[in-house]
Amino acid sequence: MRRFLLRRVAHAAFLLLGVSLLAFFFSALAPGNYLDDLRLNPQMSSERFSALRAQYRVDQPVALRYFSWANALLHGDLGFSFAYNAPVAPLLWPRARNTLLLTTTATLLVWAIALPLGAWSAQHLGKPTDVALTWATSAFLIVPDLALALGLLVLAVRSGWLPTGGMVSVAFDEFSFAHKIRDLASHMVLPVIVLVASALPVLLRHVRAAVAEALDAPFLRAAEGQGIPRRRLLYRYALPAAAHPLIALFGFSLGTLLSGSLLVEVVMSWPGLGPFLLEAILARDVYVVIGGVLFSTLFLVAGNLAADLLLYWADPRIRTEAEAR
Amino acid sequence: MIRSRLPLCIAFLGTLHAVVACAGFFAPYDPVAQDREHPYAPPMRPHFVDAQGAWHLRPFVYPQALRTASFDQYQLDTTTPIPIRFFVRGVPYRVLGLLSSRAHLFGAGGSPLYLLGTDAYGRDIFSRILFGGQVSLLAGLLGAALTLSLGLSIGALAGFTGGWKDEVLMRAAELYLALPWIYLLFAMRAFLPLSVPPLKAFLLVVLVIAAVGWARPARLVRGIVLSVKERDFVRAARGFGASGPYLLRRHILPETSGVVLTQAAILVPQFVLAEMTLSFLGLGVPEPLPSWGNMLSCLQHYNVLVSYWWMYLPAVAMIPFFLGYLTLANLLQRSTGTAKIEEACGGV
Repeated sequence: MRRFLLRRVAHAAFLLLGVSLLAFFFSALAPGNYLDDLRLNPQMSSERFSALRAQYRVDQPVALRYFSWANALLHGDLGFSFAYNAPVAPLLWPRARNTLLLTTTATLLVWAIALPLGAWSAQHLGKPTDVALTWATSAFLIVPDLALALGLLVLAVRSGWLPTGGMVSVAFDEFSFAHKIRDLASHMVLPVIVLVASALPVLLRHVRAAVAEALDAPFLRAAEGQGIPRRRLLYRYALPAAAHPLIALFGFSLGTLLSGSLLVEVVMSWPGLGPFLLEAILARDVYVVIGGVLFSTLFLVAGNLAADLLLYWADPRIRTEAEAR
Repeated sequence: MIRSRLPLCIAFLGTLHAVVACAGFFAPYDPVAQDREHPYAPPMRPHFVDAQGAWHLRPFVYPQALRTASFDQYQLDTTTPIPIRFFVRGVPYRVLGLLSSRAHLFGAGGSPLYLLGTDAYGRDIFSRILFGGQVSLLAGLLGAALTLSLGLSIGALAGFTGGWKDEVLMRAAELYLALPWIYLLFAMRAFLPLSVPPLKAFLLVVLVIAAVGWARPARLVRGIVLSVKERDFVRAARGFGASGPYLLRRHILPETSGVVLTQAAILVPQFVLAEMTLSFLGLGVPEPLPSWGNMLSCLQHYNVLVSYWWMYLPAVAMIPFFLGYLTLANLLQRSTGTAKIEEACGGV
């Protein structure tokens, strides 16, 4: 157990280190930085300008800058936002939290739909109901999430059933607790629908394939012969056997949803990382961009690590394999 | 079944691409031509039955004019129908940047004919969707071609030489796969110049898109190269003294064609979507050059979203393309048996 865990954690650490290097050196390659715009300002003296350059360490070589930045990073300091004139970390957290709220809700929901539906579909493989379901989800696949998000937004505006933007109503602070939850939930409906619809078809296809393969295995035929009821067969025998490819898919689904959420947030003006990052790109606010990218990687890597642990717990084959090594 | 559906699918996609490539012929207007008299004109419906109830063989439209004291409300003038003429001479254009021509599929002489309405500057949406398709699809196709050649060379190098090169390249691929891809796209775009002329912006977008997607094809190609290079016919060729480059070119790379084709069918729509995302957010192809993404970006304004539904049409235009490419990817996956390989390499 410990060796398996250690190896996975080391891998995660390697990924984070690599991404931080990649992001930092790409940013160093960028032509111009935020301070260059200030140079055009006639009220800025050249002494003041070089003082600013020294303050933000723009005058140092890249490698040195990386080390001081990485050192600060390990202490929880993500650098300084030029545009906001404030440290990045306190700016990033609330927005990251909002993005996480959206992404985790969508992830839970999409798996809660895909697992039973995929298992059911695998049981009826090739029957009209299964074919109809496959067609219906393919329809989601060919409508890109940008189109879906805009379309839903138009519908919401026209019908007036759901709030069309933002995360909470204007008078949110005055609401009672239950009202707050209801308000937040009603704002989340549209973005979550778009996210779920964009991730569901691929997931469903894989769940269906994996369960169908497990259902075909000899041990399940034997169990069927023993007279074990179908429902128990499906959920207690077939699903765990099919877990391996599915848990590996968990990380992938997180990545898709995180990516999708970026766009959906901008379209639906959800105050998450999406609009924040876009603003930072337009303002050349380098550390905010790096911070956002690093955060998304951290989340994805943590998700993958959790998936690995889940796999270790769910699949005895992995356990013996890990111990044999 | 699959064999018979593959040509059909390719024909469908080919037709769509041909229509977009010959946008000048099918579009009645130049994509940047403005008509300030008709901003936000709603789509004109072709009629066959006139106001008196008489049938006409030739379709016609009713001219629209702005209501007095309104900037976007139009009234139909049903007294003077304008017949739609086919194969007319109109504004000059070039097919694929080479062939110069003035022939158009349809037109209405000098009177305005906006089948899908106009935008804020009175530009014809129908023409802009066709020309915008050129930009978006070209970005997708070029991006996919670049990323696949990058992935192919990296994968072949890693799989064929092995050793530390393989290790380094595959670790780098893992890094790229560890990032959510739109974040990666954003980050890449963030560190490139923002305000550049349209053509350069287009090339930048293609480069950024291509640089984001190489990791998965590289891993898939590497997997195949690894297995193929130990096969008997390759060993035999090596025994006869074949050199490394020859082996790769003649025996190993042809084996990867199934995966590469499938990946192309998967990547093109994904990259078209990437271009649209970037342009939609104002980080991609700038105005006045139309692309499906920057045409949609006006929908970020609340009043446009609510009042002018035809501005949403570019989002609908790409659906047949997506349908074509996804079907193609599915058929290729099944006919070349690459689904298993992709699964084995931990891909989706």
